[in-house]
Amino acid sequence: MHHTLVALVEDKPGVLNRVASLFRRRAFNIESLTVGRTDVPGISRMTVVIDSDQVSADRVMAYLYKLVNVLQVEDLRDVPAVARDLALVKVAVAGHDRAQLLRVVDETRAHIVDTGEQTMTLEITGEPPHVDAVISRLEPLGIIEMVRTGQVAMRRGDVGLSATQYS
Amino acid sequence: MPLQRSGAQIIWECLVHEGVTTVFGYPGGAILPAYDAMLDYPIRHVLVRHEQGASHMADGYARAGGGVGVAIATSGPGATNLVTGIATAQMDSVPIVCITGQVPSKLIGYDAFQETDITGITLPITKHSYLVTRVEDIMPAIKEAFHLAKSGRPGPVLVDITKDAQQAKAAWEWDATPVKMRGHRPKLTIAKSQMAKAVELIKASKKPVIFAGQGILQSGAMKEVRQFAERINAPVAMTLLGLGGFPASHPLNIGMMGMHGEAWVNHAIQEADLLLAFGMRFDDRVTGNLKTYALNAKKIHIDIDPSEINKNVTADAAIVADLRHALKDLLDAVEPGDHSQWLKYIGSMKGDSAVRDIQALPDNGHLYAPHVINDIWRLTEGNAIVVTDVGQHQMWEAQYYHHEKPRTLITSGGLGTMGFGLPAAIGAKMARPDAEVWAIVGDGGFQMTAAELSTAAQEGVKVNVAVINNGYLGMVRQWQEFFYERRYAATPLRSPDFVKLAEAHGLMGLRAEKRPEVADVVRRAREADGTVLIDFRVEQEDSVYPMVPAGADLDAMIRRPQQPPPSVLVESAADPI
Repeated sequence: MHHTLVALVEDKPGVLNRVASLFRRRAFNIESLTVGRTDVPGISRMTVVIDSDQVSADRVMAYLYKLVNVLQVEDLRDVPAVARDLALVKVAVAGHDRAQLLRVVDETRAHIVDTGEQTMTLEITGEPPHVDAVISRLEPLGIIEMVRTGQVAMRRGDVGLSATQYS
Repeated sequence: MPLQRSGAQIIWECLVHEGVTTVFGYPGGAILPAYDAMLDYPIRHVLVRHEQGASHMADGYARAGGGVGVAIATSGPGATNLVTGIATAQMDSVPIVCITGQVPSKLIGYDAFQETDITGITLPITKHSYLVTRVEDIMPAIKEAFHLAKSGRPGPVLVDITKDAQQAKAAWEWDATPVKMRGHRPKLTIAKSQMAKAVELIKASKKPVIFAGQGILQSGAMKEVRQFAERINAPVAMTLLGLGGFPASHPLNIGMMGMHGEAWVNHAIQEADLLLAFGMRFDDRVTGNLKTYALNAKKIHIDIDPSEINKNVTADAAIVADLRHALKDLLDAVEPGDHSQWLKYIGSMKGDSAVRDIQALPDNGHLYAPHVINDIWRLTEGNAIVVTDVGQHQMWEAQYYHHEKPRTLITSGGLGTMGFGLPAAIGAKMARPDAEVWAIVGDGGFQMTAAELSTAAQEGVKVNVAVINNGYLGMVRQWQEFFYERRYAATPLRSPDFVKLAEAHGLMGLRAEKRPEVADVVRRAREADGTVLIDFRVEQEDSVYPMVPAGADLDAMIRRPQQPPPSVLVESAADPI
């Protein structure tokens, strides 16, 4: 069962290390982990996706709270949330593949962000399953290079995990 | 114009303001500015013989006195030598602050002489840590370190300060305002629903057992636990680190639980319908096989650390709070109970196994470790602070020295650190100079940190060291006897003449080889002025009983081969030997 945990953390040296070390030390597997700035200087936001049962996810949250630099943690599993993942995929475009690639682009809201002599680089943004689906359609064409950001997520509706409360 | 101070001076200013009077440490290059400044401050520095001794002494100091212990070391090997003591304090939730020197900030990352990433190395074994590279960050870091070490669930905090930060100058003024941290809010509110659930479970229970853990000592909840146990009339079982949190002589105290706990206690737990866990964490040495553990019992878990809830055992009611506050609320909410039938039943299980196998040791003229410890208990009238090392003697101490008061047993429970005993005892004596302090150690663990005898001698500290000398790494030998067909791989241990070793340090050394000699050497040790070492030459292949093999069901205990004859003997500290 996937849990998407969102954490507001202080932007201090070693914080990412502390969080990553916690998952390693307690033997939890991270599916993805992203960090970025928030609207408040000095506060960063992490999105961690883990595959675990509810009890373990609760424990992870409790462990995260023990880290002094962690300000607030939210589990988005049981609340309506928007989740996005971004992939850059460099695909070979030899001969007739080109038309097929353009069809994929057309049908999947992917963007062409770069064109080489024998490759095209696509940007795919969406819910992680959408990104998975597009990538699986590109695989037969020959993926040369690929990178994914990992998931970022936010609760839907008017309730927000505000960083300004810590400014 | 504000005063100017060097970073080195600021370190000591902060320590003085935090109420520190004693520190344990070892100088070296990167911490030299701080040592130079130390001479101008009213702080006693105890020079250890190895930095591991410093972190264990700070630990023993904190556990005995209830304050924060401080250890100081230089960068590189000085800092890494602290690690075992830091991990020990982390596992047992002991508030210590370790201050280490670090190479100048410009050299960090260049593999400079005696550079090591000590904040990285200690990351998983500290509550928090700081790498301070600027003089103006020293005061906030030390203030936060003390605050973190002692608040919530206590633990070790490390502050690593670069040499240039110690040498630089800054405006100095003590900031007396309390520490406020955005991300660390140990203030806890008690959920009403969980409290109501707990009250309901207590009311419905016919066979409750209260678990007394170390949280009682840390929260100072001795009185509340006692009132609560008496109010609901329930038996109290002790964890190793909880010993002393509830008086051993109290009629409701049924004894220690777990791997080397009392048989009747483990049986009672397996038959109980309610466990009330007060400030303990269901360690595997306490539960045995979790799949078969206390299956009939509902669980009420009170702990200050939310991550302990549902970790090993699922709680039916969980109260995340300071134990004393939670018990005050709970005391108001529960009705007086009567579990005399249940208590009588546990008493009947105790029956002829009471006072255990100490009666049944063969009368072959040999000296048995349980007798030695039992005799020390009687001769000190149960009033000493006992610091143990780790192994058989530690379990025999827990079984045969009966602790009435909190902070009178100091032992490495979670990490099981051999070498802890002697330095922790020196630290304990520094915190409680008025108290009689005994280090009860094995011949193995003692030799890991025996160099600290020299520290005791130099500092003029009086600790009585009882070496339970059986010529083996006894607990490992016991496991080899039970589980490895007596193949004694690397457990026979040849030791130096401990009496001569003590004498080489200018300390008194004594020896006892037969039980009638015990009282005399203990008396002489107590009467002597300085530290005294007693070499107790005990039966070599005795084992600790009962024993729940690791991972076995809690009630599947190995018992002493010949069951003792029925005995109604009841011992008290006042009995003659």
